[in-house]
Amino acid sequence: METFKEFFSFSDPSIVSVVVGAVLLTASSAVVGTFTFLKKKALVGDAVAHSVLPGICLAFILSGTKNPIWMILGAFLTGWISLLIIDHITTKSKIKEDTAIALILSVFFGIGILMLTNIQHSGNAAQTGLDSFLFGKAAALVGKDLIVFGIVAVILIVTVGLFFKELKLIAFDSNYARALGIPVKWIDLLLTSLTVLAVVTGIQAVGVVLMAAMLITPAAAARFWTNDVFKMTLIAAVMGGISGLSGAYVSYVAPAMPTGPWIVMIISAIAITSFFIAPKRGIFARSIQQRRLQRLIMDENLLKELYHLGEKDEDPYKGRTVNEIIEERFFPRKALKVALRRLKRQGFLVKKNGYWSYTEAGKVKGQRVVKLHRLWELYLSKYMKIAPDHVHEDAETVEHIITPELEAQLERMLEYPEFDPHEEKIPY
Amino acid sequence: MKIEAKNPVVEFHDLTVSYHKKPVLWNIDMTLPQGALIGIIGPNGAGKSTLIKAAMGLLPLGSGYVRMFDEALDKVRHKVSYVPQRETVDWDFPTSVLDVVMMGRYSKLGLLTRPRKADKEMAMNCLRKVGMEAYTDRQISQLSGGQQQRVFLARALAQEADLYFMDEPFAGVDAATEAAILAIMQEMTANGKTVIVVHHDLQSAAEFFDWIVLLNMRLVASGPIDKVFNNDMLQETYGGKLTVLAEVGELVRKRQMPSREKY
Repeated sequence: METFKEFFSFSDPSIVSVVVGAVLLTASSAVVGTFTFLKKKALVGDAVAHSVLPGICLAFILSGTKNPIWMILGAFLTGWISLLIIDHITTKSKIKEDTAIALILSVFFGIGILMLTNIQHSGNAAQTGLDSFLFGKAAALVGKDLIVFGIVAVILIVTVGLFFKELKLIAFDSNYARALGIPVKWIDLLLTSLTVLAVVTGIQAVGVVLMAAMLITPAAAARFWTNDVFKMTLIAAVMGGISGLSGAYVSYVAPAMPTGPWIVMIISAIAITSFFIAPKRGIFARSIQQRRLQRLIMDENLLKELYHLGEKDEDPYKGRTVNEIIEERFFPRKALKVALRRLKRQGFLVKKNGYWSYTEAGKVKGQRVVKLHRLWELYLSKYMKIAPDHVHEDAETVEHIITPELEAQLERMLEYPEFDPHEEKIPY
Repeated sequence: MKIEAKNPVVEFHDLTVSYHKKPVLWNIDMTLPQGALIGIIGPNGAGKSTLIKAAMGLLPLGSGYVRMFDEALDKVRHKVSYVPQRETVDWDFPTSVLDVVMMGRYSKLGLLTRPRKADKEMAMNCLRKVGMEAYTDRQISQLSGGQQQRVFLARALAQEADLYFMDEPFAGVDAATEAAILAIMQEMTANGKTVIVVHHDLQSAAEFFDWIVLLNMRLVASGPIDKVFNNDMLQETYGGKLTVLAEVGELVRKRQMPSREKY
């Protein structure tokens, strides 16, 4: 708790710089990744992330230092080469894109690990910390590195902002964009470069192995919360930033710990939470909606059966026992009792000495369901020429969804019929 | 049978197009008149969509060229609009109806500029024209097939073009939408605009179009509807007379032959 206070009071200037760096890097990856996600190119991001490792090692071997500018150049180079090869394999051979991506990813990463191991055994003192590119180390973001990577991150965000409308259009409908005369090829090239750059900067905090998660997960999580690309980009950036912040904290508390896995775990937790609790698209929201629907169907069916019982005795308001209802139509006893009590609460039923009966509102509602059921049966047999003994099942579903407008239309079309195909009276 | 247009707005000259090395259109050569509602008709796999994609420069041409307003497409792009097939986009994309229609304004805006208020009003007008003004802020995944098609039409209208290529705008739409779209097209052609439509239904084709292009991997006929839309021509388009052409195309693909020789 002490370290928590210490960290989040931001009193130490080195903490501030690490935080700013980690947040910028993760947020910019999330912004670029939103479009990688929308273009359904998630795997490509993963391939690039793994393919930058040989470039970083190459830059170190050639320059002998861990100068960030050399690193970016090297990473950019092999990242791009991997994409070109994937593209070439896909267009010029029978190998499909997913296979090509898997091939290139593993070959490049293999070469990268080979080079990295080699460097580590070369005895060069400057190499210490190079392996943090594998799993990321936010705490290493200080001084010159921070400035260079920070600038790249800002450039990424600004560029996406400038070309936002074109990126959006191409992600949605690239053929139309080309027909409009928008330079689709160039903007695709730009997005690819941005993706490579995002990976190159992001690996400082997250590392090559898990970098793809930083591109895609924030966008996937943000998609649950909005139906607008711009808001989605913002939300992804914020979610990415939060995970970056947590990574910086971990780096501060446990300097030996790699930050990448932590950042990815936080963003994954955010994504999974979104998956469950997001309004409308989330699992909970959907299951609540489903349950509401089930309840509506149960209530309407119950009111309908009471009406049927009333028809038999020619007394709609007569009281019924639970057993009587189940005899008319099977309901699970427990669910039936719950529904009865609910309808009583809502004022559609009353209970007297163990007998359930309609209130006025209950009768109106039950009668309407019966009417809709029979109207629909008649419609099916009259207009769609379906045999009368085949229409009941359809009507069971449709009776719950017909709107008052459709109801009026049906009545008009069928000219307020008196009987359904089974010679049962349609109540009005 | 081919009738040349008196006031041509589009000229296809000896056009050949291949898909994955397999020729799907052979030597299309015709002119299409200005201010007409033109239907491109033919069986499945006849190359109808390919023809208008090739015209819009979305597919590489094997040989030949397409000219519009007597110019290359790149010079007159602002006067030409394209409506892709509805199924070619992901309707679950996070965007609203108005946003999609605004895309029609992007070519006028150019790079790096944001849509202005005037563009928004223009887009709203187009939505009103197709009867979708009540759906402005709706997420596009909530639309029915007919409504999606109306939105695509509104987006094309927002371009304020003179020549429209539309890929199956009547496919899978309800009767009300069909009538609405047809009325808009007729109004457009009455104002001198040219509308070229890929269409698959012969029955309605006879009622919709002034000019018909019959296509089955090659051009069977092109001309005013009363001259070319007859039993003989339809027999030639839909009859199985062209199996040799299809087989040769398949051979070209198998052997990976270039569809045109280099020297």
